[in-house]
Amino acid sequence: MRRIFLPLTKDIIKTIKPGEQVLLNGALLTARDAAHKRLIDTLKSGKKIPVSLKGETIYYTGPTPARIGEVIGSCGPTTSARMDPFTLLLLKHGLLGMIGKGERSKEVRLAIKKHGAVYFITIGGAGAYLSEKVKSAEAIAYKDLGPEAIYRLIVEDFPAIIDIL
Amino acid sequence: MTRTVDSKLITDIVKDLFIKANTSLRPDILAGLKNARKNETKEKARYALDVIIKNAFIAKKKMLAICQDTGMAVIYLRVGQSVTIKGGLKKAVSKGVELAYKKGYFRHSVVNDPLIRKNTNTNLPPIIYTDIVHGNKIRIKVMVKGFGCENVSKIRMFRPTDPVSNIEGFIVDTVKDAGSRPCPPVYIGIGIGGTLDKAVSISKEAIFRPLGKNSKDKHIARLEKSILKKVNKLNIGPAGVGGNTTALGVSILTYPTHIAGLPVAVNISCHATRTVEVTI
Repeated sequence: MRRIFLPLTKDIIKTIKPGEQVLLNGALLTARDAAHKRLIDTLKSGKKIPVSLKGETIYYTGPTPARIGEVIGSCGPTTSARMDPFTLLLLKHGLLGMIGKGERSKEVRLAIKKHGAVYFITIGGAGAYLSEKVKSAEAIAYKDLGPEAIYRLIVEDFPAIIDIL
Repeated sequence: MTRTVDSKLITDIVKDLFIKANTSLRPDILAGLKNARKNETKEKARYALDVIIKNAFIAKKKMLAICQDTGMAVIYLRVGQSVTIKGGLKKAVSKGVELAYKKGYFRHSVVNDPLIRKNTNTNLPPIIYTDIVHGNKIRIKVMVKGFGCENVSKIRMFRPTDPVSNIEGFIVDTVKDAGSRPCPPVYIGIGIGGTLDKAVSISKEAIFRPLGKNSKDKHIARLEKSILKKVNKLNIGPAGVGGNTTALGVSILTYPTHIAGLPVAVNISCHATRTVEVTI
């Protein structure tokens, strides 16, 4: 399996093919329902969001708490379709990658192609396995949301499959 | 003979059951996954199953949640009418859930109000179903229900004259529409009959039945087998990568119903189907 290094660039994305299995390495952000809603509400009100999305990859996950001495708890993907209503605006703000599980809406599929972005799927329900691929985790925004806070993760050989490109 | 049970014992048992359910995959489900691995021919499907099986071993070894969606806690209590409980039963059950989620480092996934949506930070309240039955024992069944699969579950009220093929079609379509969102290979719980709520309730309870065991009613067992065969032709496959294992099994529970009705509920459970039960 080929290693892909994050942050993504349009040049990297040009080299990958739909259906290809890859291993992701580098930094990504986590965000799920509540964080997405807050990002969008902030952007729509014309205010600045607490993270830059330019070239970023968002992993749709809400991990379990880390045990003492561990980096993170179980952290598999959540259903991506719930983030569909928010995705177009995030793509406009420079988001290049998304990781989750399940199908996306037609509108989102087209927008991903239009923006030269990529949607990866990973194995749903494999949160314990995927936790071993996370080398560091730090809550960087919306900490009051608990498991739904935005985390910065550094991953090593995190398995993913290119779903939409 | 009457018997007294201290509610503290119930708290301890509920706590242990939820820790076990969240970290140790049901043996029948694990066996079903391994069997599916043998029967899959597509490379990606085999890879997905390998990861899912490895995940179960890592979770058990590290006492880590099998899935980060440690769900809403659902508890079925069958309380013998000759049992006297010292202390509050529902309070004891809730306390057990709270302790399990704290000690197990499980995610708190419950919000206080469906519209205001503030996390309760305890994973409380649970969903508790209580039945009073004959005898002096208590049966405690617990389920960890994640919402990836709960969100794609459905109910439809059929006409009593509708052919069984329509019911099958509805169930297969529900699985098809769900796609890879409920984390296939899934276990399909189905409730047929009763009222709207009864059908839903038994569709969830059907998931407790060990995988590979069909209904004792021959016509229902036939229906289970037929649905499983059709669903596994959908080519959704493990994690949605395609393949011939979209479902591990189908379990149908039925209940008498009204002359004017035929409710059918489909409760989809992900490959991390997490239930444990015990009798005290």
